[in-house]
Amino acid sequence: MISIGERINGMFKDVRESIKNKDPKAIQELAKKQTDAGATYLDVNVGPAATDPADAMKWLIEVIQDAVKTPIAIDSQKWDIVEAGLSVIKNDVLINSTKSDPEELDKYMNIAKDHNAALICLTMDKHGIPQDVEKRMEFVMQIVEKAVEHNFPMEKILIDPVLFPINVDQKQPALMFDIFSQIQMISDPAPQRNVGLSNFSQGTKEKRLLARTFLTMGIAYGLNAAVMDVLDKDLMDAAITAEIIMNKNVYSDSYLTAFRK
Amino acid sequence: MEIPNVAEKWTSSVNEITIGATKEKGGTREKTITIGGSKCIPFMDFDGSHGHKPVIAMDVYDTPPDGWPETLIKPFADVLNDPAQWAKKCVEYGADLICLKLEGIHPDKGNKSAAETADITKAILAAVGVPLIIWGCEHDEKDNEVLPKVSQAVKGENCLMGVVTQDNYKTLTVTCLADGHSIITLSPVDINIAKQVNILVSEMDFPLNRIVMFQTTGALGYGMEYTYSIQERERIAALTGDKLMAMPVICDVGHEAWRAKEAKSEDSDAPQWGPREERGPMWETITAMSLLQSGVDIIRMNHPKAVAAVKKCIDRLY
Repeated sequence: MISIGERINGMFKDVRESIKNKDPKAIQELAKKQTDAGATYLDVNVGPAATDPADAMKWLIEVIQDAVKTPIAIDSQKWDIVEAGLSVIKNDVLINSTKSDPEELDKYMNIAKDHNAALICLTMDKHGIPQDVEKRMEFVMQIVEKAVEHNFPMEKILIDPVLFPINVDQKQPALMFDIFSQIQMISDPAPQRNVGLSNFSQGTKEKRLLARTFLTMGIAYGLNAAVMDVLDKDLMDAAITAEIIMNKNVYSDSYLTAFRK
Repeated sequence: MEIPNVAEKWTSSVNEITIGATKEKGGTREKTITIGGSKCIPFMDFDGSHGHKPVIAMDVYDTPPDGWPETLIKPFADVLNDPAQWAKKCVEYGADLICLKLEGIHPDKGNKSAAETADITKAILAAVGVPLIIWGCEHDEKDNEVLPKVSQAVKGENCLMGVVTQDNYKTLTVTCLADGHSIITLSPVDINIAKQVNILVSEMDFPLNRIVMFQTTGALGYGMEYTYSIQERERIAALTGDKLMAMPVICDVGHEAWRAKEAKSEDSDAPQWGPREERGPMWETITAMSLLQSGVDIIRMNHPKAVAAVKKCIDRLY
């Protein structure tokens, strides 16, 4: 399971304040806590309020790297912020994310390759997000073809079929399972399968339960990466257990401990 | 047409462990042995580096062995009462390491004291320059009484000590941690327990990169395929990033192979099987060579002819 810890995001008040005051303490604590919780990557998003977002991205990455070695996921839709982030990266890195317009894929795959980075590709383009499986799979094909063309390692591509919030369009979540299954058949090795989990349950009353249930169901269909609240222990335990059930890891009586080693 | 590259891409490797310490490192060994480091399934080095060559540890007992057949006694006939001389002979036969099996401390097999055992261990270290594996009698109470004293007596020599199990690991883990030795974790042909013992030992702050795993070995004809398939799964887990399965593996081939009737029965009992002078070493050789393909880093062996044959194969294949 590739777990991308979502907590260092300017949408949260403590992070926003830290960026404003250039106070690394809260950021570094969040980095450590998420690392201890088993995060594979730490997502870093400056949020909409930062006055100089490129500079804020650099500062965040630097103070995180001072505290932990956990790889960072640079989360931005803006090219200059991604570039700024990459310029200060010391360890492995993930770019979150690109859309699937051919020219976008070219641009992002090139820069990702230069930095040996993994890349989240959303199955959408400038015209928007498709509502059905077929159109999403067309984007998946396009992403895979581009990866082959750029000789980009397939296992470093994370395809995100763009999961809608459950209270926006209730038909959508169940479509994802079909897509996860199909992506695994598309090439060998196959690209990874990613979702933004908190987005899915935002604004609901059973936020944590919805996220946890979707994640375990998704894992059964081949979901293996998520931008998620890694500090939610029940969520992490459920993911670890689902992967044990799917025979992704060797069982032992202390398998929950083992995963966090 | 371009031929597709079908090499597997493994993401991780088997841990490297060095056994033994030279003078500069606080010990007295003439040489050290490093094992592990493999980044591929054995002999598939087009997938990645095969790491360090598997090595052979020859068994030396602290007491003359019980029930060994004539074929096995012969090469050691004059030294079976003298572990230090026995060890020396093993090195002449090509042993990379010595495995001192403390059979004689078992309450039913001599009940040797900790002090006597420490002396025997030191005598072996004085007689040979290769690194040492120290293997208890697998009687929990007696091992817990003797092994800490032996460990202390050879502190700084960076030995490999064993074995610890799911039910008995605390004493030896603390001891090895204090005296700077590596440790062997035993599981009874069970991959889930193998992982569990590794977790238990590491929970005591024992470093993962000083653990060697041991699945109870089955000889050819006696359950070897169970050992094989579990060791194969362990190796694949190691290569796919399971840190708690990334330990090098040790096998007890000699002892197991020579328990088989095919290895030890008299020529008159089974004339159709050929002379036991050849049959025994062959049984041991084939057990070792088969298990090597599942992913093994240290093989415990007994007969010099089998040792020579397996070493030759390893040298040719690596």
